[in-house]
Amino acid sequence: MRKIAIYGKGGIGKSTTTQNTVAGLSEMGKKIMVVGCDPKADSTRLLLGGLAQRTVLDTLREEGEDVELEDVRKVGYAGTLCTESGGPEPGVGCAGRGIITSINLLEQLGAYADSEELDYAFYDVLGDVVCGGFAMPIREGKAQEIYIVVSGEMMAMYAANNISKGIVKFAEAGGVRLGGLICNSRNVDNEREMIEAFAAKLGTQMIHFVPRDNMVQRAEINRKTVIEFDPGHSQADEYRTLARKIDANEMRVIPSPLEIEELEKLLIDYGIAA
Amino acid sequence: MLLRHTPTEIKERKALTVNPAKTCQPIGAMYASLGIHGCLPHSHGSQGCYAYHRSALTRHFKEPVAAATSAFTEGASVFGGQANLLQSIDNIFTVYNPDVIAVHTTCLSETIGDDIPQIVAKARADGKAPAGKYIIHANTPSYVGSHVTGYSNMVKAMVDYFSTSTGAKTKAVNLIPGFVEPSDMAEIQRIAEVMGVPYIMFPDTSKVLNGPLTGKYKMFPDGGTTIEDLHMTGDSKGTIALGRTCTMAAARALDSKCKVPCEILDLPIGLQGTDEFVDKLRLMAGVNVPDVLNLERGQLVDCISDWHQYLYGKRVGVVGDPDQVLALTRFLVSLDMKPVHIVSGSPAGKKYVKALEEVVADIGEEVNIKVPGDMLLFHQWIKNDPVDLIIGNTYCKYIAKDEDIPFVRHGFPIYDRMGHSYFSTMGYRGAMRLMEQILGVLMDRQDRDATDITMELVM
Repeated sequence: MRKIAIYGKGGIGKSTTTQNTVAGLSEMGKKIMVVGCDPKADSTRLLLGGLAQRTVLDTLREEGEDVELEDVRKVGYAGTLCTESGGPEPGVGCAGRGIITSINLLEQLGAYADSEELDYAFYDVLGDVVCGGFAMPIREGKAQEIYIVVSGEMMAMYAANNISKGIVKFAEAGGVRLGGLICNSRNVDNEREMIEAFAAKLGTQMIHFVPRDNMVQRAEINRKTVIEFDPGHSQADEYRTLARKIDANEMRVIPSPLEIEELEKLLIDYGIAA
Repeated sequence: MLLRHTPTEIKERKALTVNPAKTCQPIGAMYASLGIHGCLPHSHGSQGCYAYHRSALTRHFKEPVAAATSAFTEGASVFGGQANLLQSIDNIFTVYNPDVIAVHTTCLSETIGDDIPQIVAKARADGKAPAGKYIIHANTPSYVGSHVTGYSNMVKAMVDYFSTSTGAKTKAVNLIPGFVEPSDMAEIQRIAEVMGVPYIMFPDTSKVLNGPLTGKYKMFPDGGTTIEDLHMTGDSKGTIALGRTCTMAAARALDSKCKVPCEILDLPIGLQGTDEFVDKLRLMAGVNVPDVLNLERGQLVDCISDWHQYLYGKRVGVVGDPDQVLALTRFLVSLDMKPVHIVSGSPAGKKYVKALEEVVADIGEEVNIKVPGDMLLFHQWIKNDPVDLIIGNTYCKYIAKDEDIPFVRHGFPIYDRMGHSYFSTMGYRGAMRLMEQILGVLMDRQDRDATDITMELVM
């Protein structure tokens, strides 16, 4: 089983990209579990056709420690297994601890057991790794592979660079590696070249350039992935390509994060100013 | 030789404390809360926290310590402790019915950011806190400061929640003791009483943690500052706060909230420390010092002159809480003893260290001072540069035993000797008791080491 964590700036399209990629992989016959690690619990909406699911932490809160795997795991599009860790309401408690609790519980319940015969487990983590809890998916024994969703916008690249710093820390201690950058295009000038150069500087690759297309929004409103909503659309093929590339990807690196000056220079050389 | 692995070579340590000379904030907060009459301390955290705090206090005072807990589980740490605290408040008023619940927080609840006033407001709105009952709180994360900080925070909470100013001043003087024994609080009150000064002491753990055995258990003992008195602290003519690190925050808060002027003094340990307290109290209350205190003072001066020769030049290592360490060091220096190794386990600030340095500036020796320091360093200093006497809490006994050094127990905690909660070391009489303890161990040692020829009857 490959365990993959998706990180990236808030609002960059992690959940959308993850679910569409998962849909692509499951079309290829892979068995996949998606673990949403965001208190908003919207990481599996497109696979499940809505926010229908009770989160792990809600279940824990309402039913106590005596939880069954079936209580917290629902089957979504093409047999994908969907769980949401959930979290406290905004302003109270500790969402980071919630992620830790919920991943531990999933492990205890055997969600990752060999008997489940999973090919992939995807962790969709919220935008900013603000505390140890949000790094839980990349701790020792969890995800070995990370993809960062990024665009040509400055703050998205800042965030990706920052996440890379976090990866270095955990990579040195454990086995986690960066698999590549996924460029979710915002139609920024020279976006493809810039992200390719950025990836090269980080020591990794831009695994795929996902063009911007309104079809994604249309599918989202209908609570579906593009692959499910309009299988013949060109955007669906883009996600299928991304899925194939990830499935075939052998490149796993410890990234070399950029100094801020270096990052800004990159933006000047390739960005709007170029 | 339990500490035989203590290395003589001292290496600088930044990220490691070995045998700390301090404990958690909530212990101080819990102790202060017990000084309110009819108060149940409440620990907003996991059960392990409060179990440890209660047992630490019980082991020191040999008294039952009643307290409640929010009993956090994994769920509470994720979703916040509101549900637990609301249920606790409901249970506590239903089952134990105290006048006050004094909530202190823990590392966990502080880290997840529980907002106690918001939760308490909700408890009130939900009708879980009956009219006329109080819920006060102090934030006491243990990764900040130490037990003296927790004490200080809870004493300040008493001012924040209770002190009110009616506009009409009374003749009373507020006395705020630091984290000291119930016996010390009683002695400070006795001094005020013999001087004829009306006073309000808060907190007041005398008759709470040194009460009598009557055969009848009282969950809320007779002692403790009453709520009425706590309200009236805002009308007092002044405040004397004893021990800066534990009481300054409350004294200052009372000044700014109710315009009650304050004097912040060291703990009244020794001749000079007691003189300063008595003098400030006399001036503030406008009274004369009665003969009975002059007599006690004279007796102390007599003791010092009678026994000075056995104390002179003796080298001492002192470990303890900042306020105690400062006042004790002053007393030792005034006895011509030489406190050469001094450790406060709790942080106390640069001004404090400067004050301590000034006290020992003229003893004619290099003095080691570490604030905050630990007992490993203290032990290492002693190995390199031995002393004749150690003064500190019970944990010093391992050092005293290994190095075969006379040892006087003072401070918190004292788990293994009787007396501290009944016999004060403050005031003139307390100073005599301290001298008695110091001289006792020094002269026992002299007798023990004497040969048949050098053995003295009279000494």
